[in-house]
Amino acid sequence: MLMVATGNKAVATAVKDARPVVVAAYPITPQTEIVEQIANFVESGEMEARYIPVESEHSSMAACIGAAATGVRAFTATSSHGLVYMCEMLHWAAGARLPIVMANANRALGPGWNIWAEHSDSLSMRDTGWLQVYVGSVQEAYDATLMAFRIAEHDDVLLPVMVNLDGFTLTHIMQQMETVELGDFLPPCTVPHAIDTANPGGYGTLTPPTEHFKFRWDIERAMRDSVGVIRETEAEFARRFGRQYAPVEEYRCEDADVVIVAMGTLGKEAEVAADVLRNEGIRAGSARIRWFRPFPAIDFGDADVVVIDRDYSFGSGGILAHELKAAGMAPYSVIAGIGGQEVTYDDIAGFVRNRIPGGEYWFGVSD
Amino acid sequence: MAEIPKEEYILRCTSACAGCSSSLVLRYILKAAGPDSVLVVPACCTSVIQGIYPNTAMNIPVYNVAFASAAAVASGMSAAFRSVGKKTNVICYAGDGGTVDIGIQALSGALERGTDFLYICYDNEAYSNTGMQRSGSTPLGAKTTTTPEGKRDAKKDLDRIVQAHNLPYMATACSAYPLDLYKKVQKALAIRGPTFIHILAPCPPGWRYPSEATIEMGKLAVKTGMWVLYEREYGKLSVTGASKGALAKPLPVGEYLTRQGRFKGIDAATIDYVQQSVRDNLARIAREVEGVC
Ligand SMILES: Cc1ncc(C[n+]2csc(CCOP(=O)(O)OP(=O)(O)O)c2C)c(N)n1
Ligand code: SF4
Ligand SMILES: [Mg+2]
Repeated sequence: MLMVATGNKAVATAVKDARPVVVAAYPITPQTEIVEQIANFVESGEMEARYIPVESEHSSMAACIGAAATGVRAFTATSSHGLVYMCEMLHWAAGARLPIVMANANRALGPGWNIWAEHSDSLSMRDTGWLQVYVGSVQEAYDATLMAFRIAEHDDVLLPVMVNLDGFTLTHIMQQMETVELGDFLPPCTVPHAIDTANPGGYGTLTPPTEHFKFRWDIERAMRDSVGVIRETEAEFARRFGRQYAPVEEYRCEDADVVIVAMGTLGKEAEVAADVLRNEGIRAGSARIRWFRPFPAIDFGDADVVVIDRDYSFGSGGILAHELKAAGMAPYSVIAGIGGQEVTYDDIAGFVRNRIPGGEYWFGVSD
Repeated sequence: MAEIPKEEYILRCTSACAGCSSSLVLRYILKAAGPDSVLVVPACCTSVIQGIYPNTAMNIPVYNVAFASAAAVASGMSAAFRSVGKKTNVICYAGDGGTVDIGIQALSGALERGTDFLYICYDNEAYSNTGMQRSGSTPLGAKTTTTPEGKRDAKKDLDRIVQAHNLPYMATACSAYPLDLYKKVQKALAIRGPTFIHILAPCPPGWRYPSEATIEMGKLAVKTGMWVLYEREYGKLSVTGASKGALAKPLPVGEYLTRQGRFKGIDAATIDYVQQSVRDNLARIAREVEGVC
């Protein structure tokens, strides 16, 4: 079905179509519309799920954990302060190997209060064992949310997935999108280690130093296996529904002398910047990182790399820039879009023109 | 005791201290609950006594969860079970710290939302797992590792907080009276919606008394009126078991306090103050039972 929707509405619609058994959530700007919409779907009978209006985000993740532990599909959505408030439970969800799906509306953290887009919230949860995908359009928010359930619940993965969409610049903008007839794209959720009172066991029992690392290694093994599951899921989605995605969306990169790397809506803006630069005779391309965990294998040959971070690791550098450095690149690291700072494609084209390989540039500060 | 099933859900190999009353009563709780039950356990002594992976002393699914999260995990678990038509009992078994302090928000939320579960707080009046630090439930005057001179604040009144949520069933119990507890667990689990039991559970190393005195310590708590056994069904209060006698004629609180090392050196004024609060509390309960409040 064709519709015009916001990013939030797209996520809520995908969740309705995925038919989770439990949704536990707490409102926070700019995610609120997702949980309101789901609560409405449930009230109106369009969705059969139990909606648990918990008293905090720590509890929304805890309730999802309790639900998923019984082997059912569970969903929540949050943003910013809500995400970091549930940090303890994010580790727990991944450690307990529960295929929970969560949407996160990327937003800055206070103080001062700031409700606008930034990636510091989700990137500060980088090492929790969650898969993370960053989307760039309303359609992609819908598609990625659906695929997230299939990937999380895959036997080789059984890890939670966080679908990230930029606060306001995606959660609140209207675009055309098309829903799908899901068919059996999403098989019924099965959790092999679900609680079974006929077959009692201990979960999360005290684990000694001789054993704990084995569970941690299992998480990493699942992360590595998820690379293939993501590829297979995206291919199957394209085969059935005609929309193709990849862990990195490359745009005019084949012959590029310089590649702009970014995530979320800035990654889309970078595509326009590449067109502008090409019109000037600069052979630019854009590579929008969609899957941040597991981090994709990337290689731009001899091209210069300009990376835009909407986040920062204080005392160290841009977080996405670090990933590229770890992959052996010497990117020009641009810090831009913090707390909703406006960044246009012209600004991005400017970053490219003025690039100093290996350097760092804080937009609005450095000049 | 003929009605208590022979099935054991805790094998005789826990790593609890000798005389640990909270693990003794858990045996009765699980017997009352039966095999179609899941125990949700936040960080506390009970997360440790189960043993070390890959072993477990528990013959029932035990879901260990983060310290603050037990009631919220139970919310999701109960919703999921009920959605797929399962009647499985969801029982939280949490310490006083995990209940009156860090877990109170999740507990309050789960109660307010009408979650179909039983929340049991075993109250050993300190953070025992981490080495006997004070909790909000530690009584006035008790020495803990963070109140070396004795606690200056009174015990938080958890039951009145829980009562304010108007749940269909709540009760208190004491490890020295397992049959009374057994019946209360059965009653609670027969009711749909949130139910709550608060158990006083003496802890030999925390309270500093010899482990063989653990039953006696519970009995003294009840006989002095320091702890009152009651239940509240749809708001209606009834005093149960040994507390009926204690309500009429309590022993002096000194007989309870002076038996425990944690109250060593407590001054006469504090004992008087505790005695007066016990008197006030018993009078309040008596008035309510008589319907004159
Ligand atoms: C968030 C968090 N803070 C602190 C701890 C450390 N901790 C584990 S158990 C515990 C005390 C538990 O006390 P209580 O709930 O009374 O149970 P008991 O140990 O007395 O059985 C503490 C402080 C923790 N596990 N998690
Ligand atoms: S410290 Fe107290 S509560 Fe903990 S196991 Fe020992 S006796 Fe039981
Ligand atoms: Mg305790």
